[in-house]
Amino acid sequence: MNRIEINRKWCKGCGICAAFCPKKVLGLDEETEKATVVNQDECIACYMCELRCPDLAIKVIKEGDK
Amino acid sequence: MTNVQDYLRESHMPHIWCPGCGNGIVMGNIIRAIDELGLDRDKTVIVSGIGCSSRAPGYMDFDTLHTAHGRALPFATGIKMANPDLHVIVISGDGDATAIGGNHFIHACRRNVDITLVVVNNCIYGMTSGQFSPMTPTGKFATTAVYGNIDRPFDLVNLAGGAGATYVARGSVYHAMQTKNYIKHAIEHKGFSVVECLSTCPTYYGRRNKIGDAVSMMERLRDDCTMLKPGVTEYDKPFVIGEFVNREAKEYTEAYDEVIMKAGGKK
Repeated sequence: MNRIEINRKWCKGCGICAAFCPKKVLGLDEETEKATVVNQDECIACYMCELRCPDLAIKVIKEGDK
Repeated sequence: MTNVQDYLRESHMPHIWCPGCGNGIVMGNIIRAIDELGLDRDKTVIVSGIGCSSRAPGYMDFDTLHTAHGRALPFATGIKMANPDLHVIVISGDGDATAIGGNHFIHACRRNVDITLVVVNNCIYGMTSGQFSPMTPTGKFATTAVYGNIDRPFDLVNLAGGAGATYVARGSVYHAMQTKNYIKHAIEHKGFSVVECLSTCPTYYGRRNKIGDAVSMMERLRDDCTMLKPGVTEYDKPFVIGEFVNREAKEYTEAYDEVIMKAGGKK
């Protein structure tokens, strides 16, 4: 399964990753207002969240990759 | 996929840019372009002037230089002339590159020094709280244009191409994958290359112009941009992205090597 790692120390909660994820994998945690994975199973590893994260806080790990 | 973290000075992170600022997206994509091209980190120099975007080299773990306002290109030219084997990449903003550094910009284009210039265009001076720049669109609001900007903005692509740059592209932080590829092509290109990255400044430009938050600004880039099509000159959207100029011309350090040879020196 593809995985998304979020570095919450770097995330500033702008919401870009959640707004533009084509599979609605990401959301914003209501309490911390930071990005969080809400639907991991749907991730297709398109990397758009990683490429568009202004805080360089997202890492997509495709199934089979290290 | 590049592990961007490997190229960052982690002790300096998280960066100071505002939530949703496009600078981080551009910085990440410059790092990915460098990694994908397999450039030697010890032979890659990142140079910047002053401004929000010009803080990027502070976070990037390469040989980096943070110079005077608008003067990144003269410093970069010096580095390239002293050691033409280095890959020199300049990160600048719209104010830094086209106002204070405007003269340096056109002459670097004219000389065709083998440098890659990435201009992060957020249409405003962010660091000093939102004054209009030469690339703020007409009618838009800024701290120094409270009734709307009456100036006409530069078209950076035409300016760079007209001044003699041999590779010119425009991307946006929404179109991150394409923009990363333009930066790759620019670094590979022999000669002066310019990549304009349309960016977001939710804090000053977004608020002042009532565009909304970072997500709204990204949606605007998505909706306002169209791809360059061969032979088409009229577009129904305000911003055209793509690769506009890609031509060959004598590179400056090579021309200078010939002068050294003629003068009886050794390379």
